[in-house]
Amino acid sequence: MMDRVIAVRDMTKIYRMGEVEVHALRGVSFDIGRGEVVSIMGPSGSGKSTLMNMLGCLDRPTSGEYYLDGELVSSLTDDQLARIRNRKVGFVFQSFNLLSRVSALANVELPLRYAGVTSGRRDLARKALEAVGLGDRIHHRPTELSGGQQQRVAIARAIINNPSIIMADEPTGNLDSKVGQEIMDLLLSLNRELGTTLIIVTHDPRIAAQTGRVIRLQDGLLDEGEQNPRAEKRPGARKRVKAEKEANTSRRERA
Amino acid sequence: MNLTQSILEALESLNGNKLRSGLTVLGIVIGVAAVIAMLSVGRGAEASITGSISGIGTNLLFVFRGDFSDTIRNPKPLTLGDAQAMADPFQAPSVAMVAPTLEGSAEVSFGGEIANTRVVGVTPEYFTVRNYQITEGEYITEEHILGRASVVLIGPDVADKLFGHRDGITGETVRIEGQPFRVLGALESKGGGTFGSQDDLVIVPFSTAQTRLIRRSASDRVDIILAQAVDAESVDSAIEEISQILRTRHRTPVGEDDFTIFTQRDLLTTFESITSILTIFLGGIAGISLLVGGIGIMNIMLVSVTERTREIGLRKALGARKRDILVQFLTESSLLSLFGGFIGILFGWFIAYLVGQVAAATDTNFTPVVSMDAILLATLFSAAVGLFFGIYPASRAANLEPVEALRYE
Repeated sequence: MMDRVIAVRDMTKIYRMGEVEVHALRGVSFDIGRGEVVSIMGPSGSGKSTLMNMLGCLDRPTSGEYYLDGELVSSLTDDQLARIRNRKVGFVFQSFNLLSRVSALANVELPLRYAGVTSGRRDLARKALEAVGLGDRIHHRPTELSGGQQQRVAIARAIINNPSIIMADEPTGNLDSKVGQEIMDLLLSLNRELGTTLIIVTHDPRIAAQTGRVIRLQDGLLDEGEQNPRAEKRPGARKRVKAEKEANTSRRERA
Repeated sequence: MNLTQSILEALESLNGNKLRSGLTVLGIVIGVAAVIAMLSVGRGAEASITGSISGIGTNLLFVFRGDFSDTIRNPKPLTLGDAQAMADPFQAPSVAMVAPTLEGSAEVSFGGEIANTRVVGVTPEYFTVRNYQITEGEYITEEHILGRASVVLIGPDVADKLFGHRDGITGETVRIEGQPFRVLGALESKGGGTFGSQDDLVIVPFSTAQTRLIRRSASDRVDIILAQAVDAESVDSAIEEISQILRTRHRTPVGEDDFTIFTQRDLLTTFESITSILTIFLGGIAGISLLVGGIGIMNIMLVSVTERTREIGLRKALGARKRDILVQFLTESSLLSLFGGFIGILFGWFIAYLVGQVAAATDTNFTPVVSMDAILLATLFSAAVGLFFGIYPASRAANLEPVEALRYE
């Protein structure tokens, strides 16, 4: 058995909207191993956003337990959660969520600031931007970058603190399919190189097909029947990704 | 995050919306400038009034007949004898000098020009006691008193009216109530129009006024006796000694004095309290505009928080704690108000300077005083305004739920 990075036990989440109670999660349990690539799928209203918020430590479950990196995080205070998010979770959003006023470098530096790192931040940020292929764009503002480049900045920001997991919420949702695939390739290669667990929330079956495992949600419960057996799909997906990546690289070289 | 970083980041953010930041700062600028200008105008008024009171003469006591509340019946008039008794160093050791005066109004003419002015009959001590200087000619002496000489010292306002100039008038002959008087000299301007009459007068020898200009029923009667105390500390004992002498001479029981002693210090205290009320009043009005500026900051910060909800959500997702967000927004609002305060101080100073220039151009003896404590007050107040009105928006930002904030459109 692989080393577990995430363990969820009987997680429920109930939102109270006035008189009405909405059961977004109705008791979900699963594990995610270190270094795994997992996609979370489900129709809207299935509770996948809620699950993502829980896994990303943005919110606390109503009941149940959530262990991240062996630490019980489901009962921490707001500030403790902020610290966990800062150290252990890297976020990639559909709409990039970059600060438009400041340079790519300053955007990537931001988590380091909140981590209390005082020296060498620029170098770390520059290295992260080089790792996502934006070494020559570090002083550009987000508005001066294309969508794909902006998402690369966001990914550099997500990996800057060496997180245990990267939470990507529809990371290709605002990009065309070609650029979207480049971003997927980048995320998968970071997963291989850094061993960072990658969790992708998506609607897109083509994206989900590239992940080793799919967690499907339906009405706040895991849809166990359709869960992909990890062992079968993973190698194939890997191979296909590799082939496409090589094709992209050679295309870029030609251009 | 340390303070320097927070400040830099706040500057970046404020710089991102220059027009809005500028307008917000303007509110504080106007408030602080108003406070500084008003306080300095108040101070200037105080200094000007205090100055003109000091110009009357130092350690001065005025002794009047009667009682201002009119409860004493048939007050005895003051006489030359009273003045002489007060000048006696054995009876009144705290009194350095005594100057009895007779005062009336008279028509003074030269050529075709006529001036209706105050005529004061004085002894030589008067000039020392009242601090009058002459620009030309000579003072009234004992000889003029003894000889009941028809000589006169002309005040600058009167000189302006009669001659059109203030110098070269010595030796001319003017007519007072139709009688010829030789001009003995010209008085120096005492400025300070606060009491209006310090320059608008003519001065004649006491005996001349007594016999020829101002006729009183009793021949040795005087109107006001001016007395100068030995020094500022002995003003109180001088009052006591003079009261004792007059009570004895007028045979009045204690508590029913038929005279009033008024000191310059009373005047100073009165006017200082008036001007400080004026200053507080002006400062209060200016303070209201500072308050309005502060509400402007709060307004803008609230808008800013709403506008940047997603940014706040993102920062929280990246690991910002409540405190980090709070500090970020408080830094922004404090910077706004401190910056406004700084410009406001310069601007207020400039306004005070302008007021001074206008006063100088209109020949008013008035200089606004920008004092250190006004600047300190304005700086502290503006910083406090920034903090106070920043707290609510900042805590709203800090308490946003990250999930909600990230979802905000």
